[in-house]
Amino acid sequence: MKIEQYTPAEERLFYILLAFGGLVSVIGLGAAYYMEHFGHVVSGMTNQVFWGLPHVFGIFLIVAASGVLNVASIGSVFGKKVYKPRAPLSGLLAIIMLAAGLFIIMLDLGRADRVLIAATHVNLTSVFGWNMIFYPVFFGVVGLYLWTLMDRRMHGYSKAVGVSAFIWRLAMTTGTGSIFGFVVARQAYQSAILAPMFIIMSFAWGLAVFLLVQRSMYAWNNMELHPSVRQRLKNLLAIFIAAVFYFVVVYHLTNIYYAKETAFEHFILVSGGIFPVLFWGGYIVLGTLLPLFLLYHPAIWPKSGSVCAASILTIIGGFCLLYVFIIGGQAFPLDMFPGMEVSSTFFDGVVGTYTPSLPEILLSLGGLGVGFTLTVVGVRVLHFLPQDDLAKLQDAGHAFD
Amino acid sequence: MLRTFRLAVCALSAVTALVSTGAVAGESRVPKPAITIENPGKCVAPVDEMRRNHMDMLKHTRDKTLREGVRGMKTSLNGCIECHASKKTGSVLGNENFCQSCHSYAAVSLDCWSCHQPKANFKATGALPAGHDSPTGNASTAGAKQ
Amino acid sequence: MTERNQTEKNSDKSTAARRNFIGAVAAAGGLAAIAPGIHLVQVSQANTPPRPAGEAASKAVRWGMLIDTTKCSSGCNDCVTACATENGINETVKDARQGSQWIRKIDIKEVKTGRSHSLPMMCQHCANPPCVDVCPTGASMKRADGIVLVDRHICIGCRYCMMACPYKARSFVHQPLTDQNPEVPRGQGCVESCTFCVHRIDKGQQPACVETCTKAGHNAMLFGDLNDPNSEIARRVAQVTTTQVRADLKLDLGVRYQGI
Ligand code: SF4
Ligand code: SF4
Repeated sequence: MKIEQYTPAEERLFYILLAFGGLVSVIGLGAAYYMEHFGHVVSGMTNQVFWGLPHVFGIFLIVAASGVLNVASIGSVFGKKVYKPRAPLSGLLAIIMLAAGLFIIMLDLGRADRVLIAATHVNLTSVFGWNMIFYPVFFGVVGLYLWTLMDRRMHGYSKAVGVSAFIWRLAMTTGTGSIFGFVVARQAYQSAILAPMFIIMSFAWGLAVFLLVQRSMYAWNNMELHPSVRQRLKNLLAIFIAAVFYFVVVYHLTNIYYAKETAFEHFILVSGGIFPVLFWGGYIVLGTLLPLFLLYHPAIWPKSGSVCAASILTIIGGFCLLYVFIIGGQAFPLDMFPGMEVSSTFFDGVVGTYTPSLPEILLSLGGLGVGFTLTVVGVRVLHFLPQDDLAKLQDAGHAFD
Repeated sequence: MLRTFRLAVCALSAVTALVSTGAVAGESRVPKPAITIENPGKCVAPVDEMRRNHMDMLKHTRDKTLREGVRGMKTSLNGCIECHASKKTGSVLGNENFCQSCHSYAAVSLDCWSCHQPKANFKATGALPAGHDSPTGNASTAGAKQ
Repeated sequence: MTERNQTEKNSDKSTAARRNFIGAVAAAGGLAAIAPGIHLVQVSQANTPPRPAGEAASKAVRWGMLIDTTKCSSGCNDCVTACATENGINETVKDARQGSQWIRKIDIKEVKTGRSHSLPMMCQHCANPPCVDVCPTGASMKRADGIVLVDRHICIGCRYCMMACPYKARSFVHQPLTDQNPEVPRGQGCVESCTFCVHRIDKGQQPACVETCTKAGHNAMLFGDLNDPNSEIARRVAQVTTTQVRADLKLDLGVRYQGI
């Protein structure tokens, strides 16, 4: 375990990172307290757009949490050897990201002091209610999975637990997607395609996060990922990015096809101010085309940093897509009286606007801070650096399939 | 293990006892609750029972009334307020008044009053909700018309 | 206490008697000959009997409202004001978009013909309420008599119900409140919506908006028990064409509109 010996400089860096993450988390907590104390007046959220930036960040983290476990699943469920050494890190990240996402969502509640009620009173017809069951069990199953991976005596169970974790996480992401999928009221949502779409999004975003973390850890230890492993992972990322793109296209095409949704599509894709900009510029160009280019261009992808850049872009694209989906979906007015022009004192028929306020931004970043801090600690304390036994990989020959 | 635990509990209760006797003797800085009973003898149940069970009684009423629509039950929060509101301030809240004085003494947070009206005989006024200054269609602040 | 029960019982009897009487008159006059204006005034003033103390809301009842848009004029806000007074909606908000609106007036204009209407919009008290389906804690609930309420004791303020309601009927309270009506508790961090003035109905009164609309002589709102075939509202709904907003969602609304 030579690489686990830290130099004093590294020690110092570790504590600096820790302090930084801790500070961001504490500021986030403070922002949440401020919002609880004065009420959501201090947020940019309104009765027209009532889910804001915290929900974009929270849902991103929760979705990506499920996806980051993919790496472990490919290793233990589908038995691919390259992925096996990465399973512990992937499990750890999954737990951390779910915790960070819930941190944001729960602290944004109007009555955050009542989180316990959310756990004790569960309405089983509510998709949100299901999620109150999905999340704790996810923590448990993935925790168990980590145990089977790290404790030699438990290795025998690792496959079985890995399969359960895999199934559970698919269900969980289906649940997250269904939060929107079951909303009949709004043009943007209520679509069966949302559940699979969220699953694919989780694959792409989760892998991107994983690659970033892995890359930082390798850099920390002055290591390089074996090129063949790198190629494998970058191809996988590209496939996921393309798959998300496919689902997004289908989602919008079906909407355009149904006449009653065309106005909404026009809004999101053409006329809706910030939303088309984020969709085309943020998601399509930055989050899809550019990373695909980086990952496939023969001259670029072998260069160091290209996969890393593609991962960052994928994450940015994911945020843009979610922002358009969540905020844009609310901003577009409800169509209560088809074929009628409506006006009222409650902004009926008017496009909602939303500008996140500082406390919301700090709370959202605080969630990232929590994730960051936990990752730094977890990685350091638990020795999760993925190490490829290259000799073995090469011996096996077919191991890369 | 168990013994250590028991010892700890004993020690803790001894400390607590000391502290609380101190409080009773007036040595503590926590002021004793100033419970003025404005209408003595009219309560729906004996004092002892009320002290011990008022929260459960109120919770029972709350669920029955709100969720099932049962009205006119023996206990009701508004009933408490009508009777216990201070003659001076009209409220059950305030350091000197019935609910708050005791709850701050016992360090039990009160969650009723973020929604319920703590004043007896309070008459709420209404205002047109924000945005009603001009009758309709003044929604331009919210952005472009669709 | 006993005194109150006494009066409650008395008014119970007298209202019931009056209601029967009106029913008889209507029957004698022949249902086809209803002159909605006059008749509506009488019935609106005839309150439904209060529920005796200790009795739960009954499944046999389905409270509902019928709104005649032909009598509702643009610019009239009487029902909105009445609601605000009754329910103590009096807070000032810096940003109008953050204020609560339990009932609001909507002006609608048919794009093709230019025909326009004005109507009050509030919680439609759906029989299959999406807000209740999605609420994670069960705080959104439907009472036995069809009134949809938020149990603020267990509402966590997640706003999922606002996402689910097709009528934008729900508001989130964005700031601390102090001047609540003792009978209408409401507060920061919870979601709220029209209660059909449940505290009045239980006493045998009409919702504040309906009472005010009738008193002011507009007679655009009618409230009653949709399940009672003798009630004015049930008879009107059976006779005239009424609309449920977004009927495509099949939520079986308690509020019906006439004339749109
Ligand atoms: S109108 Fe909206 S708030 Fe009212 S019951 Fe229906 S879904 Fe719920
Ligand atoms: S805001 Fe309250 S009532 Fe609405 S869904 Fe959440 S917990 Fe239920």
